[in-house]
Amino acid sequence: MKYSKALSILMLTVLLVSACAPKAAPFECTDAIGCVTIAPGDPVRIGYALVLSGPNESLGIDSRNGIEIAVGDHDTKVLEHPIELVGEDAMCSAEGGQTALTKLAADPSLIGIIGTNCSSAGEPASRIASDAGMVLLSPSNTAPSLTNPDLAWNPGYFRICHNDNIQGAAMAKYVYEELGARTAATIHDGSPYADQLQEVFANTFKEMGGTITAQEAVNVGDTDMRPILTTIAVGSPDFLYYPIFIPEGAQITRQAGDIAGLENTTLAGADGMYSPDFVEAAGDACEGMYISGPNLAFENPIYDHFLEVHLEKYGKTLSVFHAQAYDGTMMLLAAIEKVAVQDEDGTLHIGRQDIRDALYATKDFDGITGNLNCDQYGDCADPEIAVNQLQNGEYVPLWTYVP
Amino acid sequence: MQTTIRQRFENIDYLDIALWVLRIVIIVAVLWGTVATILDNPYSTEQWLDFLIFGLAQGSLYALIALGYTLVYGVLLMINFAHGEFFMAGIFTATVFVAIPLDASGFTDRHPIWALLVIAVVAIATSMGIAVLTERVAYRPLRRAPRLVPLITAIGASFFWQYFFRGLYGSGITAFPDVALLKGSWTILGLEILKSQVVVIVASVLMLIGLYIFVMRTRMGKAMRAVSEDKDVAALMGIDVDRVIMITFAVGAAMAGAAGVLYALMYRQVHFFMGFFPGLKAFTAAVLGGIGSVPGAALGGLLLGLFESVGPCLFLEGLGITSPYQLKDVIAFTMLVLVLLVRPQGIMGERLAEKKA
Repeated sequence: MKYSKALSILMLTVLLVSACAPKAAPFECTDAIGCVTIAPGDPVRIGYALVLSGPNESLGIDSRNGIEIAVGDHDTKVLEHPIELVGEDAMCSAEGGQTALTKLAADPSLIGIIGTNCSSAGEPASRIASDAGMVLLSPSNTAPSLTNPDLAWNPGYFRICHNDNIQGAAMAKYVYEELGARTAATIHDGSPYADQLQEVFANTFKEMGGTITAQEAVNVGDTDMRPILTTIAVGSPDFLYYPIFIPEGAQITRQAGDIAGLENTTLAGADGMYSPDFVEAAGDACEGMYISGPNLAFENPIYDHFLEVHLEKYGKTLSVFHAQAYDGTMMLLAAIEKVAVQDEDGTLHIGRQDIRDALYATKDFDGITGNLNCDQYGDCADPEIAVNQLQNGEYVPLWTYVP
Repeated sequence: MQTTIRQRFENIDYLDIALWVLRIVIIVAVLWGTVATILDNPYSTEQWLDFLIFGLAQGSLYALIALGYTLVYGVLLMINFAHGEFFMAGIFTATVFVAIPLDASGFTDRHPIWALLVIAVVAIATSMGIAVLTERVAYRPLRRAPRLVPLITAIGASFFWQYFFRGLYGSGITAFPDVALLKGSWTILGLEILKSQVVVIVASVLMLIGLYIFVMRTRMGKAMRAVSEDKDVAALMGIDVDRVIMITFAVGAAMAGAAGVLYALMYRQVHFFMGFFPGLKAFTAAVLGGIGSVPGAALGGLLLGLFESVGPCLFLEGLGITSPYQLKDVIAFTMLVLVLLVRPQGIMGERLAEKKA
């Protein structure tokens, strides 16, 4: 008893003395939503949640390649700590996003996550990442709701790709002015991406003076599109926009040619169908159809370098959201470098709110996709939309649009 | 045991009343929608006929797959949830190893009929092989186990085959090559019908008739019916029960394999998950028609296909529901519920005798 009392006094003295010693004060976390501490030599962990299986996997693999190239360009290191990537398959559904993010958010050493691809996965993902104090940077969630504070916005959510308010308007403008279409119909698949994109398109098209003959919907997994196409044929629209995903989009493309009344209808989809896998699934029927998406004709030395590395590591095949994934990863790494507090022994302290603030404050960030500036709701893109036509199985850009 | 009207009224409870109200509400809604659609008819006669043909084609696919569920259920009283995977396995294998190489070599263009026959033979053989293997490895050891055990095993087998073929051929969509012979349409009785749909409907009807004859007129068919009546007595009569069950699986899978080929001709793409939804719908069709009955499965399949195709525009559009095609599964399953409320054994099902129940 006596000994222990003496011992505690001794320890207290030692503590006091050591505290008074002329050393740097130990880091104290004052961040509103917590800090991540990374011991010397431990990796800085970054998560990704992309669609890595199923019919739309080409979108996710393309983004993952972008992330890996970005990390490689950083020599797999940030502030002398190795970078470690932790990946989950978020699929292309709300359930997928929920599962992947729940798993990632349980890991307190993660600072940020790159993802998701599909907006349907993005809605739960944004909420879970935000609640866990992490940041989520999406390379390809384009649904307007995700950065709308009245709808599905959450603090800590950022996107590097365009907002579909721009893509939908661009498509309507192209169709009305360049193709001269006056009547149009749309099909969505109930996903936030497709539903909102066709809505923006339809509203813009109507404002310009066009007529929307039908706004229909299919289910994910449907194969028999002939009845719904027959319904649409009643209005004999000049133009049919179905900004959905690869399997259902390919079925509509193949079956539209069989329907009496749609022979002269121009077909078009959006970036969810911008993939060599779509061309494979739709076969000859997709020849001549239009696909909107981000303009991939980036002209800058970073992209030249990117393509070189990509060719060497992953081959020639590109889908649509690799550059955005690259830029998002670079932005996150830059934010870490900016806010991390480093102890003498190399320990890193990263404030979670600091990371968010740094990302919201992104100004003139020089990325592949342009000059990135984040607004208060996390829209960071420097968007340029291209309308492509499928010619001999290749996506050929015909027209571009900058808002 | 005649009950008087008075007694029947006394026996009515609230659940019955609720069920009757539900039935009446659904029927009124359907009639209302139908009348409203017909009054404001946006479709031409040709378009209505198109809906019917689309529905028949889709329905005959459901019917072919439903046969497998019904045959196995008839013999084993077991729901083989892996059946959709038999459907997928055959056509996926035939596409990867036969259809694509034949198309690339130009053989399909020169001899389309032969090419289709080879594709069909490979697809059917693969489906049958997978089915027999599944039966032997996963189901036969559980023959005497409680009925839930093989059911869960079947679900497991379904996952196993899905991911087995995903590992084998990849998780993307593989395009089934176009067959030039089946492009375009024929005019039959003044109606333009897609060639592929004519082939699907005709082939399905022939196969349904063939199967009916097989079950009703051949020795093996007789043995199947005997086993379905009572396995033990059938064995006493000198029937090799294991062999009959194996052949039942093989015949069901052959129908599924053929359905796979027809599916590929209509939709021209295959992937590892393609068996799931058609399998679920076909199961619904089998229950609708009366599980265990061959003509019932055929009728259930056709009805389901027709309702999915015609239903959304006929029933729902008149009610002012936007994008009605998203609700076609609701129509299919509502129909199932309605039929089961009135006839729990399905349209052509027989009431279960005590020994089976």
